Amino acid sequence: MKAEGYSALHEFWINLRGIPNHVYRAMFRGGPPKTDRTRSSFIFGNVFLHLHSVRTHLWSLRWSTTMGLGIMTTAAFLITLVTGILLMFYYKPYTDVAYQSIKDIHFIVPTGRFMRNIHRWAANVMVIAVILHMARAFYTAAYRKPREFNWFIGWGLLVATLGLSFTGYLLPWDQLAYWAITIGANIAQSPREITDALNITQYFDIGGLQREILLGSDKVGEEALIRFYLLHVMILPLTLVMLMAVHFWRIRKDGGLAKPANADELVTEEAKEFFPVFTDVPTKTYHLAAVVKGKTSAVGSGPEHTVPSMPHLFYAELGVLMLTTLICVALAFISDAPLKELANPLVPENPAKAPWYFLGLQEIVSFSAFMGGIGIPMLCVIGLGLIPFLDREKEGTGEWFGGPGGWNLVKWSLVVGFAASIGVEAFAIHFGWLREWFPDIPQLFITFINPGTVLTAIYAAYSIWAVRRYNSTRAGALALFTCFLCGFIVLTVIGTYFRGPNWDFFWSPSDWGGH
Amino acid sequence: MTTHPSEKKSRFDPEPMPRRDFLGLAALGSMAAAFALSIFGMLKLPKAAVSASPAKKFNVSLPDTLPEGEAFIPPGRNVAVFRDAEGVFAISTVCTHLGCIVKTSAAGFDCPCHGSGFQKDGTVRKGPAPKALPWLKVAKNGSVLTIDEDTKVKTGTKV
Repeated sequence: MKAEGYSALHEFWINLRGIPNHVYRAMFRGGPPKTDRTRSSFIFGNVFLHLHSVRTHLWSLRWSTTMGLGIMTTAAFLITLVTGILLMFYYKPYTDVAYQSIKDIHFIVPTGRFMRNIHRWAANVMVIAVILHMARAFYTAAYRKPREFNWFIGWGLLVATLGLSFTGYLLPWDQLAYWAITIGANIAQSPREITDALNITQYFDIGGLQREILLGSDKVGEEALIRFYLLHVMILPLTLVMLMAVHFWRIRKDGGLAKPANADELVTEEAKEFFPVFTDVPTKTYHLAAVVKGKTSAVGSGPEHTVPSMPHLFYAELGVLMLTTLICVALAFISDAPLKELANPLVPENPAKAPWYFLGLQEIVSFSAFMGGIGIPMLCVIGLGLIPFLDREKEGTGEWFGGPGGWNLVKWSLVVGFAASIGVEAFAIHFGWLREWFPDIPQLFITFINPGTVLTAIYAAYSIWAVRRYNSTRAGALALFTCFLCGFIVLTVIGTYFRGPNWDFFWSPSDWGGH
Repeated sequence: MTTHPSEKKSRFDPEPMPRRDFLGLAALGSMAAAFALSIFGMLKLPKAAVSASPAKKFNVSLPDTLPEGEAFIPPGRNVAVFRDAEGVFAISTVCTHLGCIVKTSAAGFDCPCHGSGFQKDGTVRKGPAPKALPWLKVAKNGSVLTIDEDTKVKTGTKV
């Protein structure tokens, strides 16, 4: 239908000229984001941006609230995503060519070596950032109601992150990869340590089944490589992205970042720079407020002490993204991702070491495969995952080291956590363990009483003491989590720097000698 | 059974369970059950029916000069073959802890990965290994030995 007074051809000409303008307007439904109002509608009209709330509390923007660690993890993930897709152009997941294709990427493909280095460093940054982010959320008691479920999702993200790193480790098909995965697959099989001791493996072989499904065969070979590749480029990234979407959305739906009860007073000074949105408390809020349960920052008061997320929050996020990229690129310039000789199923690396963040695990696995590889990690995942449901107190939410005990308790927990882990390790390294003293001891004793389980028991006992001493579940959580971090650090450092050939103790790698 | 509209308290607090809701829930439930069962079916796929690995049985002849107590490692195999006055025997060199390949040493066998140690007969000497290294079935055909990596025999069985 042509408009009045114009021929259809003329109108076509006008439409053609108007295309840039009309496409631009169609893209930004509420008009270009130039005022606070249009920026707001831009955020909640955009499928990606609407994971943010339209306005952000000044408390959330303080450096000390989050230190940007969650965004840093996300940024590192985005970097691995982009570089990972680039690496997929040349990588071939077949045992006869996988190693050569990595060599091609390193020596021939333009920028291939640089991209692989960035990929590797971003993966490391992601692991470090996600652990620190978890520690931040814990120490600021941000896991409490209504954020308990998001703490759960966060644990899923941590496990998915470690899974991505581990599966990526096999792909180069070098000696490092082959033996790390052999060990990993046998950890999956280690419930046999229990079923064998009870003589029920022939009826109930959960360990063997796990290993078989992971490897698709009875040894690490072509089937295993394809499976790890599938996990690394498809299953785990998809899982991670879905969990991330839920994680971010719930931050918004759970009322933004955790704040202390008096956060409004704490940020008054800074708030003066910004214009208040409402001069009076609104008598009526949005329709949705009628069906949204619980207290959100906007119910019953104006959104004071908040600033528009665009640009304030976005500048902060983009700043962290740039910083993370800078770190990864700089590290990629300094240090190459390792590539050892081609995988050889007949001769293990000596020592055969997993990626650094699994060396703490490898250290306790060297006491008992089942307790070190499955028992204690499961206890950690379940115990720390349930913290929000075990600590339902209110005091100290949103404050660093908030709650009974506070920094003083954390300080003492650091002392206990480091002393206990170093003490137990020093004892086991110096005096040996049960099998050295009683050569005929049944395996079940070693499975359940070994340096790893003893250390876990000491930490548990100390945390129970803290619960009683401060008469507070939060104090127990502070003690337990701090001890867990200390144990992780000490075991990882010992596994990384002080274990050499045959997993013997050495003061320095220069003492390893020839082997 | 239908409910008179006046019995409804409010939109947020309706009558217990109208028939339509019940049918809807039943449909939803059966769909969920069907998908849940199909997951079990799908999980059968990743469990390989046939394991693509080389044959576990192989033939080998020992060198005539193999001294007593010294291991002969058939090329490409994770097995140590010994010969002494009482006969020939084969011990697996796959560590029972986490599957690394043990090396023969003066004391017996040592594992490079987590420090397990075994006696000369494969029993655990030290470290985290939960079990002894298994002895493997050896069949003698003149000077040719047939070793079966899949069949374990009692420790001390020599042929």
